[in-house]
Amino acid sequence: MEHLIEFKDVYKIYQMGEETVHALDGVSLTVDRGEFVAIVGSSGSGKSTAMNIIGCLDVPTSGTYHLGGVDVSTMDDDQQAEIRNKMLGFIFQQYNLIPKLNVQENVELPLLYAGVSAEERHQRALRALERVGLADKRRNLPSQLSGGQQQRVSIARALAGDPSVILADEPTGALDSRTGREVLAFLQKLNAEGDTVVLITHDNSIAVKAKRIIRLQDGKIIYDGDAHDPRAVVQPEEDTEGIDGFDDPAGEEVRA
Amino acid sequence: MNFSQSFRLAVKSLLASKMRALLTMLGIIIGVAAVIIITSLGNGMQNYMNAQFDQLGANLIQVQIWGLGGGMSSRSVDPDDMYALVDKYPQYLSGVSPYVSTQALVRRGSDEYKRTSIYGVSEFFYDAGRNQVLSGSKLGEGRFLSYVDVERYQNVCVIGSYLAKDAFGGDALGRTITISGTPFTIIGVMAEYADSTEGSGDDVIFIPYGNAMRLNGTGWVSLYLFNSADKDTSNLAKGIIESRLYKTFQTDDAYYIMSSAEMMDAMDSMLNTLMAILILIAAISLLVGGIGIMNIMLVSVTERTREIGIRKSLGAKGRDIRSQFIIEAGTTSAIGGVIGIALGVIMANVLTAVIAVVLGTGNDGFVAVPTLGGIAVSFGVSVGVGILFGYLPANKAARLNPIDALRYD
Repeated sequence: MEHLIEFKDVYKIYQMGEETVHALDGVSLTVDRGEFVAIVGSSGSGKSTAMNIIGCLDVPTSGTYHLGGVDVSTMDDDQQAEIRNKMLGFIFQQYNLIPKLNVQENVELPLLYAGVSAEERHQRALRALERVGLADKRRNLPSQLSGGQQQRVSIARALAGDPSVILADEPTGALDSRTGREVLAFLQKLNAEGDTVVLITHDNSIAVKAKRIIRLQDGKIIYDGDAHDPRAVVQPEEDTEGIDGFDDPAGEEVRA
Repeated sequence: MNFSQSFRLAVKSLLASKMRALLTMLGIIIGVAAVIIITSLGNGMQNYMNAQFDQLGANLIQVQIWGLGGGMSSRSVDPDDMYALVDKYPQYLSGVSPYVSTQALVRRGSDEYKRTSIYGVSEFFYDAGRNQVLSGSKLGEGRFLSYVDVERYQNVCVIGSYLAKDAFGGDALGRTITISGTPFTIIGVMAEYADSTEGSGDDVIFIPYGNAMRLNGTGWVSLYLFNSADKDTSNLAKGIIESRLYKTFQTDDAYYIMSSAEMMDAMDSMLNTLMAILILIAAISLLVGGIGIMNIMLVSVTERTREIGIRKSLGAKGRDIRSQFIIEAGTTSAIGGVIGIALGVIMANVLTAVIAVVLGTGNDGFVAVPTLGGIAVSFGVSVGVGILFGYLPANKAARLNPIDALRYD
């Protein structure tokens, strides 16, 4: 059976002035339908680059990436946009709702770009909002909602397009711990209902909510396996964790 | 991308910052208003001129003949030649009248009228269908000169309203007035044409042209007024007169022919040239307005980098983003265009009122009328300007890298 996500020897190499940075240094991995995978790593580990490539926002320098059996590693911008629209649902740390649009309009956006008719858009958006329990807030502007509610709206937006993969990039980073736990519980619920979820985080305590952990360091996979295996949460360099969580909550890469 | 959503978004973001929107649209507003005002004024001017010509007779052809060598030559034309011409080409010429201007002392009892203009004309000078003479005024009461009056050199006359009032207290029909010692019976009175003052267009006397020639002591008619059968064929009519006169004089230095239609055309084309130049100048303002829109759109693209990143991550293609921003620019300039049109129409009405007061022409004078074409074109141009100048910023937005755009703060 073919894998939903399949990286084969993926390299992403940046030229930073004189220096050559291997953000991804020969990564091969597979994710199957129905999995809940956390990609974990500290700053500079390459997890954001991995997320950009999985999310079809970027292409690898070399190697291939198949998403749903289709080679997306050589696609142009518009083809990638179509793949993002059809197969991927993004959940961002900063929610990334458009402030001028109300909740329902935000949720409808991916359907709008998919060319779905107005009536079907409304229905699907409403259904997605019902799933996250915010149907009654559909006329509100994002600024009228709490952070947790906004993140649920962005989850509804990710669900509305009925994607193959839900890609959550530090989804709890901007939330307090209680609301963060709610969002994680919700992702687990989605996974239990059959959705494939890929979670990108720097935080082990969040990563363990997934079923499987892929740990990256310096662009290489150093662990790939069950999230409950004690080795999954072992930091190779213990002392970096505190600094990591302190000065870089966004989990951005050093090279960026 | 959905047009109505882009349109609604554009209106929303315009309403969100009204001052900025107004300043953005100002160039377009001024440009469109200027175009509307100019076309309205031009159109009004044209209507006004046409009305004036119509009053004078759009079919009028003036023929001035000065002959060769001051009448020493045997070559000459007389009124009978001109009548013969009309008889020969009734499909082009409907009438002709000599127009003999005379200076003579006009008396009524002991009152002298020194400034009165006396014209010798034929019965064709009066068009019964329009109740109007070729020089524009209308017959008030009585009748105009008849064929018999002209043929028999009858001492009858039609006088202007000034004389009728001043000399006869308004009761002039059947009375007599003396011109150079000869009494003329008044058979008709013209309606007031100018302002019924001495020396005005109402201080006139029309007599049979033969009588006028006698008063002048010449056998020479130097001015004829022709009436062409139709305004559209007045050029052909003019040609007929021209060839007839050339046949006699063998040179075109002996006469000059001018048709009202020709004059109207000349003035129309002059006016159109003037208007084209003015509209071109106004169009520069539209160009500046377009640059203003481009400027604000570039700012808007930068401000909304993150939004663009979000949209792209959700599957918006380059062309979706591009069309969103182009629609936004087009909407901005279209709204500016509508405001400009409204402003222009209001200004045209204000100008009409101002001109009426300044010229004292009242309501039937000059009216600046906005043309539907002018409105449609300036609206179209303003939308076009927005789209044209929105393209560059829109393209910039469309080419943003989604990863960078998502990270933008």
